Formats: sequence, structure tokens, C-alpha cells
Amino acid sequence: MKTLIEVKKIKAYYVLEIFGRQRTVRAVDGVSLDVLEGSVHGIAGESGCGKTTLLKVLFAAVEPPLRMVDGKVYYLNGTGAIDLYAIDESERKKLRWSFASYVPQGSMSVLNPVLKIKDTFRDFISSHLKGRSKIEAYEMAKEHLKELGLPFKILDAYPHQLSGGMRQRVTIALATVLKPKVIIADEPTTALDVVTQRGVIQLLKDIQSRQGSALVLVTHDMGVHANISDMLSVMYAGKIIEEGRTEELFEDPRHPYTQYLIKSLPRFGDRSKRESPPGSPPSLFNLPEGCAFHPRCPFKMTRCEKEEPVIFNVGESHKVACWLAEG
Amino acid sequence: MTELLRVLNLTKVFTIGGIFSRAKIIAVNDVSFEIKKAEIFTLAGESGCGKTTIAKILLGFEHPTAGLVEYKGRRIDNIKASERFSLRKEIQAIFQNPFSTFNPLRKVDRYFFEALRNFGIVEEEREAVRIVKEKLEAVGVAYEEFCEKYPSEFSGGQLQRISIARALLTNPSLLIADEPVSMVDASLRMSIVNLFKDLREKFDLSVLYITHDLATAYYVSDRMAIMFRGEIVELGPAEKVLQEPKHPYTRLLRDSVPEPDPSKRWTSKVLLAEQEHEEYLRTGCKFAGRCPSAMEICKRESPIHYDVDGVRVKCFLYR
Repeated sequence: MKTLIEVKKIKAYYVLEIFGRQRTVRAVDGVSLDVLEGSVHGIAGESGCGKTTLLKVLFAAVEPPLRMVDGKVYYLNGTGAIDLYAIDESERKKLRWSFASYVPQGSMSVLNPVLKIKDTFRDFISSHLKGRSKIEAYEMAKEHLKELGLPFKILDAYPHQLSGGMRQRVTIALATVLKPKVIIADEPTTALDVVTQRGVIQLLKDIQSRQGSALVLVTHDMGVHANISDMLSVMYAGKIIEEGRTEELFEDPRHPYTQYLIKSLPRFGDRSKRESPPGSPPSLFNLPEGCAFHPRCPFKMTRCEKEEPVIFNVGESHKVACWLAEG
Repeated sequence: MTELLRVLNLTKVFTIGGIFSRAKIIAVNDVSFEIKKAEIFTLAGESGCGKTTIAKILLGFEHPTAGLVEYKGRRIDNIKASERFSLRKEIQAIFQNPFSTFNPLRKVDRYFFEALRNFGIVEEEREAVRIVKEKLEAVGVAYEEFCEKYPSEFSGGQLQRISIARALLTNPSLLIADEPVSMVDASLRMSIVNLFKDLREKFDLSVLYITHDLATAYYVSDRMAIMFRGEIVELGPAEKVLQEPKHPYTRLLRDSVPEPDPSKRWTSKVLLAEQEHEEYLRTGCKFAGRCPSAMEICKRESPIHYDVDGVRVKCFLYR
């Protein structure tokens, strides 16, 4: 399998100046990641763990106050590695949506409320593919919807006339109309009902397997990850603390945080008591020293308070950042 | 008497539009259920199924179009505002977003002391502090951590616990929790749900848990009702409703919950409703348009409730 995006030790911080005092929020702090062709890469974590910021970095949407402090992101499009943050903005713009595309969280705020869906499609297509006529763009949108199995009549509707699930699927259709190699989806199903959620996940998976592209899926819902992710990275406080094949991770989670995440989930047919980890996630502005999870960890050792754990390989593709895995 | 709350044939119709284009939406249609003492009862369903409208009617924010609500054998759906006040002591509520429960410019502890004074529960301050401490302890928040702080200084999970503690101040017998965990982080969700179980043990509290999350509903509730487009389609013990679902809609819902187990991935595909409004206006069974086992009769007539193995099912399959 080919690697499509290679992320090398990136650090992306929000640098804020309040009354002349600088405050740094370390949203992504030394993350490395490989996105492989034809796979679904899941990223799990709670709100405020830096997962959306990581996606912004992947999609080259870094704008102040967010700053790339260190590290590299490479797009590998078959002809070679493109260093995403070394090229011109105009070149980056060409790669956006055609190489990597982005499905944002709230579909209501994505679609222009005063334009019909077909006009949104036309705008989108004509601004990325030069020289398409109105009719060609319309045909292209129709063709794409047909592939995805969505009804044509939505092209003539305004966003408010569609249900939340349909709107989300239109957003996905819009993001994939240029047949991108990588689809980056940020909590695509969070505000949706279970049945609709299943429909949207189904659509994403369909597109991914038909186009042979890679899907980077961010959600806090471990059930969704178990269902579609091939690889899973767990983020906590701006770092990836565990990564591995989804089956392996669910079977044998090594980091205490991942263990809590998986074991605290209620399951049908088992009503035994579930425990949440004590305390609450730390603020990225004021992280504890050493391992960021140590104040909540039941297996805390003295070195966890001082030394930040390094990454240990515990399986073929299974990595964990925890001192417990040493030796 | 073990019945605490009884809802009978409750119906709520909203009229939308002006004089010329009037449309009626039946948000709640002929709903009946009861909540027993020290029971956790769940109303589950997708958005727009009417579960929040029921909560609003129970709390007196909306008036039902038809039907009645009885609390401890007394009708409460048509009482005067003055009577409603004393009822507030008995029925308390918590809501989805704890950050919009509290005014961001007001310290959280003020709400506690104000509630105690308004309901005339305490006379002097020492007593008030004792009660506040006791309730905070019940939800696992330290009094020292809580005093003199604004809502923004707490995390979502903590603030939701605090809003539960506030609801407990009046020693209610029924707590209405409307989507209490959907804004809370995944790792803290269970701590809130566990709290309902604890409070039931400790204070004999009944909880009406309104949610779309079937997994936590299964974990916490004794009995549950599944709602679809304003109607209860299945009602019974949680174990039975979710482990052996009878109504085709319950089956669809149950199968659509992604299970945290990579060996149980979805294999089949689902059909989504293209037009939601159409389902509200449908005569006959509202689910007939998407139901895999729809019969001729389903399109013409609305099914009544059939009793199958201790579960109330609204489906012609069990005729």
C-alpha cells in the first residue's frame, strides 16, 4: 500500500497575545502519522485534544493564530513528495480539494443558504476546473450524485429544505466531486441520529472503496471507529498516545486512557458497571508535566510525573506512548 | 402505590404558518406511559420524534392538546401557576447543555442559595451550606472547588454534575433529564449515567431519561419506550426491548448503533427517509414507507398497541 500523506513530528501551536502577554496553546505537539492509500484511518479523542487542529494541518488550512512551529507534511501524489509548507500558496490551492478534500463538522454552515444546491455545485466546480460551462458543471454534479446514489431532485432544493442527514451527504458529495485521493472528515456524524449516522458512514465508506482513496475520519465515537476504521490513532492532549490496527487496539489496548475509552463503553447484553476515568481532560494551555494523563491515571508511577513517555513498539503496527509498555 | 407519574393519551399539535397556509404538526400523538417509584425510565428516539415535547409538557412549559398527566394520582396538566410552583419542588429537570443552564456572568453557587431561599427550604445560612455540601457530595464535586466560580471555570462534565446537584436541592422525587450526556465528553459520559443509578439507590429518585443514545439507555434504564414520529412504537423492560426488538423500527435503530467491537461491523445497508415531513403526515403506520415487512393494511390503518411477551408493540405484525 502506498503512503499518500506523510506527517513528520509536526507541532502546531495557537499563539495568542492578550494585553502584550503571549500565551501558547499546544494543540498539536509532535505528531507523526502515515495515511495509506485505500484505507480508513481513524483518529479518536475527546473535545479539546487537538484533533481538529491536526486536520487543519493536514489540509493546509493553517491560519493565524494557528502556527506551524515545527515538522513537515508531505503529499505523495505519485510523482514525488511535495513538502506542503514549502510550496507557494497558489500551488497549495491547486492541491486542495483535488488531492485532499475536507468534510467539515456542521453541514448547515457549509452550504450557502440562499443558493440552490446546483448553484453551489456549479460555483465549486467552475472555480476549480477552469473552462467548464454551466451545463457541463451541472452534468458533472448529476453524474456524481448518480454514482453516490443520491436523488437528483436535491439539486433544485435550497439547503433548508433538506434534512440534516441529507445535507451532510450533499456536503460529502460536494467534497468528493473532484475525486480526491484523500478525504478528511471531521466529526461527520456527530449531530446526526443513529440511523442517519449509519447512512452517512455508509456513503463515506462507499466513496472511499470505489475511488480507492484514503479516508481520515475524526470522531470521538469509538463505535464508529470499530465499525469502519482500519487503523486507529488515539489522541490525548495534543499527542497521539496509541496507534495500531483497529482490531488489535480494541482487543488489547495498552495505554490506560485507551483502556478507559474502550472499557467504559456500554455494550448490549452486558449491564455490568462501567467506570469513566477520574477527573477531566487537561487544558492545552496548561498541561501537566511529564505524561499529560498522569493526574487521571490509576497506574501512575513517579517517573510519569517528570518524564514524558517515549513511543514503544508493542506489535507489528501497534505503538504506545506509556512507561508501562517499557521492557 | 408505586406509580409516580402517569401519562395518558397525551397529544400535542403545533400549528405553523399564518392564516392562509396553515399546517398542523402532530408532535406527540396519543402517548401513554407511567413511571414507577425509584425507576429509571427512558424515552428514546431520533430527533423530531417528540421526546422533548413530552418533557416540556411534564414540566408545564407546554399545554397538551389532549390527554392528561397525573402525578401521585393528581392531575397536573391543567393546574394554575401557583400550584405549579409547589410542584417544581417535586419534579426537577436537567438539560442538554450545562453551559446554557447557567448564566455565564453569574457565579454558580448563587443559584444554589437562591433556590434554597425561594423554595423556603432553609432559614439560616449554616443550614444552607450543609445542604449544598451534602448534594454536591452526592454528585462527586467538592464544595471548595465549587464556591465563588463562574460556569466557564468548570468542564462540561463537571458543570452537568453541578446542575444535577442543583436539581437535587429540593429533594425531588422525579428528575427529568433531557439528553444530559450528548454534550459531555465520551470518557465522562458513564460517570453521569452512573450517577443516576447512585441517586436512585440513595434518594429513591425516579429518573425520566430522554436520549437518542441507545447504548447508555440499555445500560442504565429499567424500562424504556421507543418513539417514532410522535408515537410510542414499543414499550417494555430495556433488556427485552433492545435485546429482542419486536417493532421493525426498533430493530432498525438497534442495528444502527455502531458497536464498539470490530468483529461486529455492519454488513447490510440502510434506507433513509428522503422526506421527513411526509412521514408525519402519513396515514396508517408512520414507518410503513421504510418498513421491510410492510403489509397492505399498514398503509391504510394505524396499528393499535399489542401486548407481546410483556412488551407493548404498535405493529400489525403481532395482530
